Amino acid sequence: MNIHEYQAAEIFSRFGIPVNEGKVCTTAEMARAVAEELGVPVVIKAQVHVGGRGKAGGIRLATNPGEAAEAARQILGMSIRGATVHKVLVAPAVDIAREYYLGVVLDRARRRIAVMASAAGGIDIEEVARETPEKIVQEHADPLLGLHDYQARRLGFALGLEPELVRPFAAIARQLFAAYTAVDASLAEINPLALTSGGTWLALDSKVVLDDNALFRHPEHEALRDLEAEDPLEREARAAGISFVRLDGTIGCVVNGAGLSMATMDAVKLYGGSPANFLDVGGGASSQQVATALRLVLSDPNVRAVLINIFGGITRCDVVAEGLLEALKTVEVPVPVVIRLVGTRQEEGRRMLAEAGLTVVDTMEEAAQRAVAAARGREVRA
Amino acid sequence: MSVLVGLETRLLVQGITGREGSFHTAQMIEYGTKVVAGVTPGAGGRDVHGVPVFNTVAAAVEVTSPNASIIYVPAPYAPDAIYEAVDAGIPLVVCITEGIPTLEMVKVYEHVRSRGCRLIGPNCPGLITPGQAKVGIMPGYIHRPGPVGIVSRSGTLTYEVVWALTRAGIGQSTAVGIGGDPIIGTSFIDVLEMFQADLETEAIVLIGEIGGTDEEAAAAYIKEHVTKPVVGFIAGRTAPPGKRMGHAGAIISGGQGTAAEKIAALEAAGVPVAERPAQVAELIRKALG
Repeated sequence: MNIHEYQAAEIFSRFGIPVNEGKVCTTAEMARAVAEELGVPVVIKAQVHVGGRGKAGGIRLATNPGEAAEAARQILGMSIRGATVHKVLVAPAVDIAREYYLGVVLDRARRRIAVMASAAGGIDIEEVARETPEKIVQEHADPLLGLHDYQARRLGFALGLEPELVRPFAAIARQLFAAYTAVDASLAEINPLALTSGGTWLALDSKVVLDDNALFRHPEHEALRDLEAEDPLEREARAAGISFVRLDGTIGCVVNGAGLSMATMDAVKLYGGSPANFLDVGGGASSQQVATALRLVLSDPNVRAVLINIFGGITRCDVVAEGLLEALKTVEVPVPVVIRLVGTRQEEGRRMLAEAGLTVVDTMEEAAQRAVAAARGREVRA
Repeated sequence: MSVLVGLETRLLVQGITGREGSFHTAQMIEYGTKVVAGVTPGAGGRDVHGVPVFNTVAAAVEVTSPNASIIYVPAPYAPDAIYEAVDAGIPLVVCITEGIPTLEMVKVYEHVRSRGCRLIGPNCPGLITPGQAKVGIMPGYIHRPGPVGIVSRSGTLTYEVVWALTRAGIGQSTAVGIGGDPIIGTSFIDVLEMFQADLETEAIVLIGEIGGTDEEAAAAYIKEHVTKPVVGFIAGRTAPPGKRMGHAGAIISGGQGTAAEKIAALEAAGVPVAERPAQVAELIRKALG
């Protein structure tokens, strides 16, 4: 789950990390008042769940309260890579001597948590990793003991910091690691971590991504969810326990299993169509869930055909058929539906669908081809 | 031969009295798997489909000597179930459970490794040696015994490929679902090594998906160490970056983990990559000659 910069900064602050204190504003007038309160200059930063804010004009400097209001007016409502800006963070502009990067991430290949740092801060760390990986230093935390103090210090020395700066830097690295594990993050990042002209450390931009799998043990994180930033269909799917990602194509997909769902999307593309969504109805999909899935897919106005691809494992075909029939009773289906159903108890499932006048195809390739043809408005022969 | 499970498998089911645990225990027994015991804390003394239930894994081990365990326990309790199995000395633990927090899995992985046990999963369909033992949730009837080893991060997509192979008259030695989470107990490389050493396996299917770099690591390993033909399939060519595609591990992040990179790595290692699941059977037929 993505959260905003100001929310991440609040978490970091709780763990003792010095963060640049700012205030969240939803109107230009609020931004003016905050600028007056904090004193100028201030920076006005768009709060969105996508990167590249600066390049898109979502971060501005203001030298007086009027400019702050004007900058906020321009940024609020702006669309940054598809995300609309509803909030800005107004924070004091800081006199920066040097910029560093500090991040805690999961190293999947090593199956450990890595703490990474770089003297090339303030810029896209992925670019640094790609082009000049030698500029990144890292330490892997012990899975059971965590990050040792000496490892945090070693990062500081590896960055070439002056000895008197190493200890305060190491403290921030340890605090960031502590925050990461305490909130069950999958990413915690300070970029840049600034060394101010006064010689102190300050987190100027904070980023946290929370592990979706751990949300059950952090009920407090629900309050951090920005419902405005979420696609309404994705929100509804989540409430129903369905994995759903909206795409921009015309063929709605209802599939059981994540891998098969991706493979189905790929098959649609292979046969010249474009998928409207990723949708995994999940393991023991109840008839209610299948009905919800169908409703979700059909509420996307771009959908011209629906492809239902179910390979039973945990999911039993008779349960799926029951759900489909129930959904078809309650949902108006204005587009052609192509069903592919095989697996556990497939005979029962197919019979139920056949008795209701529906046809079921045998292979995923055939299903994809028919869905593509149907979406183009061509005649589909049973 | 085959790998990991077979006629010699004596299976323990953790979470046997739950809905899924009970349903799949019946399915596994029906397939012919020797299910020797179940564990549900507090349900000791009962039996499920004729299988004796114990309160603890240690007690089940003492009485019934299982050599593998399968876990159908909800995510908040699944790490504890894994610890209980490995601490009782069970050498092979298969965890079906989806949704375990990643930080828990970092600890679980370390502990399982320190005990010298093998963990398959979590968030996986389990594994099957056709005609011998089904330790998982896959539909048994789609498989048939034969020469092709399968290793996959997916569940239903694996069934799809197995079904295509079986319909083409090509059987499987063992099909291993390693799971769709970012941290899993057994990697592609671990299973590739077993298939390379297995006398019954003549060709290997590797089914990957977006996210992480395990397919790239597997490609490098194949180039160096695998002499048997390998055919690949990678799901998620059309997946957008930055979005989790169902599986916790299926996400393109930081420009890493795209299908294109994985396909390129496999092809560079001499592994043909199918464009659609059914094509895997065609490529395997060609590879087997």
